[in-house]
Amino acid sequence: MESVLEKIAEKEEAIIEEFALFDDWMDKYEHIIGLGKELPLIEDGLKTDDLLIRGCQSRVWLHAKMENGIVTFTADSDAIITKGIISLLVRVLSGQTPAEIIETDLNFIQHIGLKEHLSPTRSNGLVSMVKQMKLYALAFRTQQNG
Amino acid sequence: MSELLTDIDAIRAQFPILKREINGKPLVYFDNGATSQKPQSVIDTISRYYEFENSNIHRGVHTLSQEATSAYEDVRKKVQKFINAEHSHEIIFTSGTTGGINLVASSFGEKLVRKGDEILITAMEHHSNIVPWQMLCERNGAHLKVLPISKEGEIDIEEFKNLIGPKTELISLVHVSNSLGTINPIKEMIEIAHKQSIPVLIDGAQATHHMPVDVQDLDADFYVFSAHKMYGPTGVGVLYGKEELLNDMTPYQGGGDMIKSVTFEKTTYNELPYKFEAGTPNISGGIALGAAIDFINSIGFDFIEKHEAELCRFATSQLRDIKGLRFIGTAKERAGSVSFLLDGIHPYDTGVILDKLGIAVRTGHHCTQPVMNFFEIPGTVRASFAVYNTKQEVVKLVEGIDRVKRMF
Repeated sequence: MESVLEKIAEKEEAIIEEFALFDDWMDKYEHIIGLGKELPLIEDGLKTDDLLIRGCQSRVWLHAKMENGIVTFTADSDAIITKGIISLLVRVLSGQTPAEIIETDLNFIQHIGLKEHLSPTRSNGLVSMVKQMKLYALAFRTQQNG
Repeated sequence: MSELLTDIDAIRAQFPILKREINGKPLVYFDNGATSQKPQSVIDTISRYYEFENSNIHRGVHTLSQEATSAYEDVRKKVQKFINAEHSHEIIFTSGTTGGINLVASSFGEKLVRKGDEILITAMEHHSNIVPWQMLCERNGAHLKVLPISKEGEIDIEEFKNLIGPKTELISLVHVSNSLGTINPIKEMIEIAHKQSIPVLIDGAQATHHMPVDVQDLDADFYVFSAHKMYGPTGVGVLYGKEELLNDMTPYQGGGDMIKSVTFEKTTYNELPYKFEAGTPNISGGIALGAAIDFINSIGFDFIEKHEAELCRFATSQLRDIKGLRFIGTAKERAGSVSFLLDGIHPYDTGVILDKLGIAVRTGHHCTQPVMNFFEIPGTVRASFAVYNTKQEVVKLVEGIDRVKRMF
């Protein structure tokens, strides 16, 4: 268990290092915007209301599948900054087992100074998205155990 | 009357929060449509109340209660004068605009709206002037009819006339739209409604700080507004209602203060305005609303209207030059705000970057989702103005938008 959890920790560490390069907010946000633009879009067919997480401000679509015990997330948002942060969450949580996803508390968001975006008052759908990612993981684990 | 205050620096100096820096930049506060900032006099009134006068009103024989009661009741008279109501007992203190509309939807609606009746609103209403009526319609089997708006964000008077029918029981209209800035021709609309003896409620949440309101001149049957959008505290609002209508309505909530006598068999209700004011009210807030009205009067609406119109004009002319910027809401008669979208940039993204620059705007649907659906947009960026805003701040907003555009 410990060794797999490290995988998430390593990914988080890499992101923290990546963000340590920026000393002002502008560079940091430009980087997030860049990430948002790069994020592979969720297939249009998957941008259905079923997969929509309605934030008050921006909308988020999240899709999850599990193959050979590994979960893959794809996601999208109509706002670029939201999408950039989604890409970080997807980078950390995709390719992990359901158990790892359930366990992690995603501390890196705070370390890179983006915690405000995961505040419920931002209403951008990200809080619900993280919750939804964990719920998918729980469902997949139940599937595995069943 | 003492000399009116018309120096913007002196006005700004009264608002301690305007000295704050946000993300290392001087605060530019353009979210006044959501709530305005409070002058020192309002803040002081609240603390002075708790330091010197705090006690429960209306029932106490002791000095503190007498003082607090008369301070609170003086504000009722002040509000009466502020909106030129005929009687001070037509001024009902509420928790805010939403509270006022819910009161009318419940007390007027339950008694006078029946199955098959219609309530008419416009397509530019705030959720607060939609949902209470929807809930009433669900309870009573009435229908909610909606007057559409044009792409400029205006209603059509002829269409309004056509939508009024024999089953229309009540019309509820926004005075100034919070998401579009449109000033509706409410006086004319009220006159049309009254020809068929239909009462009209006006949602004045976005009006009372921008322009003088005279409920008798408008002949409004109900007029509701919030203290916190007019430099006063949150949690206090006013429902003005014509005496005759208010007398006809059943109480909204039961409890203390609203009764004349209570036995287990029968309760008789108190007179206006107390019939609608169950429970201990927001006493400090009510008294501070008085200080907010004093603040507005110390400047005067002549200056407020002129200054804010100038800001709106300046903002519109500056923003118009920005390539890819589209205004949402271009009605001829507008007040208090400009709403816009940047081509290809989500309002959330715009709001986040502007915040980093110390500029507070509102982004999103502004609690008017039907308006956003009509324009087929996810939301807008809204800059809304108060008397303390300056052209220099508008310039900062324009520079901020330039920055946003370069980043996306």
